[in-house]
Order: sequence, then C-alpha cells, then structure tokens
Amino acid sequence: MHIEIDEISKQFGTTAALNPVSLSIPSGALVALLGPSGSGKTTLLRILGGLEFPTSGRVRFDGQDATGLTVQERRAGFVFQSYALFRHMTVFDNIAYGLNARPRASRPTKAEIVRRVTKLLELIQLPDIGPRYPSQLSGGQRQRVALARALAIEPRMLLLDEPFGALDAKVRKELRQGLRDIHDTTGLTTVFVTHDQEEAMQLADLVVVMSMGRIEQIGKPQDIQARPATPFVREFIAA
Amino acid sequence: MSDASSPVPFHSATEEAPVARWLLIGLAFAGLSILVFAPLIAVFVEALADGVAASLKSLASPDAGHAIRLTLTIAAISVPLNAVFGIAAAWFITKFDFRGKAFLITLIDLPFSVSPVVAGLCIVLMFGANSLVGGWLVGHGYPIVFAMPGIILATMFVTFPFVARELIPVMIEQGRAEEEAALTLGASGWRTFWTVTLPNIRWALLYGVLLCNARAMGEFGAVSVVSGKIRGHTATMPTTIEMLYQEYLSVAAFSVAAVLALLALLTLLLKTALEIRHADQLAATHRH
Ligand SMILES: Nc1ncnc2c1ncn2[C@@H]1O[C@H](COP(=O)(O)OP(=O)(O)OP(=O)(O)O)[C@@H](O)[C@H]1O
Ligand SMILES: [Mg+2]
Repeated sequence: MHIEIDEISKQFGTTAALNPVSLSIPSGALVALLGPSGSGKTTLLRILGGLEFPTSGRVRFDGQDATGLTVQERRAGFVFQSYALFRHMTVFDNIAYGLNARPRASRPTKAEIVRRVTKLLELIQLPDIGPRYPSQLSGGQRQRVALARALAIEPRMLLLDEPFGALDAKVRKELRQGLRDIHDTTGLTTVFVTHDQEEAMQLADLVVVMSMGRIEQIGKPQDIQARPATPFVREFIAA
Repeated sequence: MSDASSPVPFHSATEEAPVARWLLIGLAFAGLSILVFAPLIAVFVEALADGVAASLKSLASPDAGHAIRLTLTIAAISVPLNAVFGIAAAWFITKFDFRGKAFLITLIDLPFSVSPVVAGLCIVLMFGANSLVGGWLVGHGYPIVFAMPGIILATMFVTFPFVARELIPVMIEQGRAEEEAALTLGASGWRTFWTVTLPNIRWALLYGVLLCNARAMGEFGAVSVVSGKIRGHTATMPTTIEMLYQEYLSVAAFSVAAVLALLALLTLLLKTALEIRHADQLAATHRH
C-alpha cells in the first residue's frame, strides 16, 4: 500500500512534536525513520497507525484520504517498543486475538484460527511456544511473538517502533534479517523506527532522517551516506 | 551476585541483620495481637458469655434478623455499584490526559477525609423531608432519609474510594500499551475493556471490592445519621449493635458483633482462597 503523508503536524500542548512533514512511501517499501530521541519518530508512526491524530495535514493510503480513519479501520500491524503482549494470555491467544476480535461474519472458524496461528509460529521459527505466557519468553522471543500477532490480522502495512531496541547485539542482527525476510515474503509496506543509524542503513530501502520534529533528508541508504543534505545528517550518520 | 561455592554467606542488599529482623517481626506480631487478635477474641468471648444457646436466641430475634438481612442487602447493592463507579473513575483518570487530573484524584479521597457523620448530615440536608428534592420525593412516596435509599447513598459515599484507590496505581503502572495493541488488532473499545483491561486489573479489583464490602457492612457514622436507626426497619447491624449495647444487652450486642466479624473474616478467607487457587496466573501477570 502506498502511504502519503501530506504536511502533517502534531502539537502536544505547547510542544511541537512534528512540524509540518511530508513523505511519500511507495508500496512495498521497507522504510526506516531514523533520528535522535525526541525527534518525533514515534509520533509520526502513531499517526500512521491511527493511535494519534495530527493537528493539521492529511494521510492518504493508496491515494484515498485516511486521516479520519479509526485505528481499527486502518488495519495496521503495529509492533510496540515494549511489545505490549497481553500478559494474561498465552502466546497462542495473543496471536489469535485479532482474528477472534473480528465480527462474527468475517471471523475464521476455530480450526482455521489454529491453522493460521500455527503457521505464524512457524514463520517466526518458534513452533512450540504456543502454550507459554509472555513472562516465560526471552526478549527476542517476545519481539517475534509481537510481530506474529501483528501479522495475524493480515495488515495493510507494518509499523514497528524500535523493534530491536531492548535486545543485545547478536539477537538484533538475527532479528533484523528475520524482519527483512518477512517483509520480502509478505511484500507489506513496512515502516520501522530506530535511532541506530547502522540498523537503518543495513535494513531499509529508504531512510528518513528526522530531527526536532522535522525531516532532514529522505533517500536510499547509500545516497544519504554519500551526500548528507544537512550538517545535522552528516554528524548523525558519522556518529 | 555471590559465587555459589564461596564460603561467605550471601545476603540480599535489602535484608536486615538477624537481630533487627527478629525484633521487627516480634514488634509487628505484638502490635497485631494487641490491636487485632485480642479484640476479635474478646468479641466472641463476650458473645458466648451465657452460652451458645443464649447467643443464638438473641440472634433469632426479629430485630437482629432484620438488621442482618438489611446489612447484607445494603452491601449487595452498594458494593457492585461502587465497583462499577470505581472502575470508571480509575479508567478515566489513568487512560486519558486532561486538566485537573490531580484535583480529581484528591476528590476521590474526599470520603476518607470527611467524617462519616458529616457525610450523613449532608445527605440529610440534601434529601431530608424539609429539603426541596427530599420533600418532593417524600410527597411521591419515595423517602430517601430514614429509608433504604439514604442508607445506600451514605454507604456508597463512605466506601467510594476503596475500589478506585486500588485500581489507579495498578492501571498507571500497566500503562496503555496493551489496550492500544488490542485496538490496532481491530478490537472495539468495549471488547478491549473486557478482554485486556479487566483481566489485567482483576486482582486489584477483587481486593478493592473485598475491602469495600467489609467497610460497607461495618459503616456506622453516616448510616446512623441517615437511617434514624428505626428498629426492624432501618437499623443495620452496626447501629443495632450500638443500641443493644446501650441497653446493657451485652450478649445480644456481642452476638451481632460476632456475626459481623465473621462476615469480615469470611471476606478475607475468600480472598486468600482465590489467591492460592490462581497463584500461577498471579505470578505470570506480575513478572514481565
Ligand atoms: N503524549 C505526549 N504528550 C506530550 N508530549 C509528547 C507526547 N508524546 C510525545 N511528546 C513529545 O513529542 C516529542 C516527540 O516525541 P516522540 O515520542 O515522537 O520522539 P521519538 O523520536 O520517538 O523519541 P525516542 O527515540 O526517545 O522514542 C518529544 O518532545 C516528546 O516529549
Ligand atoms: Mg519513540
């Protein structure tokens, strides 16, 4: 799905989290929102997911105005920074949650839900953890379960807020490749937030560098590295 | 962390030296004995002073029976209502950002800081037969004061903070992320509440409800002002106990008191039983 962000701004009281920003994300791209803490990355991602509404500006999905769509109508697979797994449910029930939440008419049968959850557990390479609770998983496993749960709703796009933020370097590398693979097999337009420039450059097709609620530069990783548009970008990617 | 093979005994950083520990435990136990166990035992001893038969006979009197039924009815109505209001208040305070939040939290505590007698008087002033609203209601056959609705109002006012106070810290700690996740997965707000919010707060809710219940059954000050203590009509267990005691009917007074104490103990037993039965889930929701 093609996502267009048109002059979006967001004000929290007196602080401007986003000055008007515009961005066009081609269908099927894997995009990194890169920037230091407080630059507005999470805010922009939450506006795409319908968890936050912009003060001004419009969002369009495939050319259609989506600014007023509710979070449920957006059908965005959202992976939260802390994963936000339902702690009182097993992994299986976590992943099945979105399917069970559908209205009766479009809800899959019990057997179909089992089939789909099993398939997702295989996709994240954790086929046996269905009966466990989130507290019984490692950080990396939780992250993958969160991804499977987001994919279960057959989302129109995938939004991830610092998906590897809380993990050690080795697991990060593994999961990075995992995300790339899942993106390539599903073909979903994917936006992920990171403040790790190496991660953005290695993983993304398109990198959006942000600072203080503004977009500093949009470009392919190699272009940004070769031709930083502003002194901020030059310094940030050198760090 | 200390090495397992090391001969040095390992102490956690928050652990006191043994002497201090035993002193503290002893002190706590002594305090509990004097303040809680001794009076509780005294109640039962006094109730049974003339034997079990005398005690049961006093409980079988119509007035005592009515008081027990009335108190249970009041609790059965006011506790669920307060649970609903408490959940709504805690939800509103923790899940939304708005001006005057701190003020609202203070307001929830108001019933704790206002004397119950004053609260009772306020209800009499507002709904008594001489007030505008009260006069109209009495005229139409719905008296509030000196009747059941007034007792329920007074009980609800006094016990309102219990549920909300238990829930607010838990809900603040849990944040909104799980609810937001449910919404992005397509769940409606209502479904999110039932499948995510409520299961996450159920232990705090249970605890709040049980405390609320114990207090609702035991409330004296506000209820005694509002109810008029009409025997066999508006006299609850606590007011009945006081009246019997004033009339030197010691066995009768302490027998009703013993029933009230038993109801409170039952409440605590229920809580403990539930905790033991769901210990594994409790652990699963607390770690994370
Ligand atoms: N709910 C909110 N209320 C008030 N201010 C907010 C809120 N959410 C974000 N902000 C402010 O908006 C700005 C951008 O925040 P945002 O969370 O988008 O940053 P970020 O780039 O995701 O940072 P980080 O890398 O630390 O997660 C910050 O100054 C932040 O304080
Ligand atoms: Mg962020």
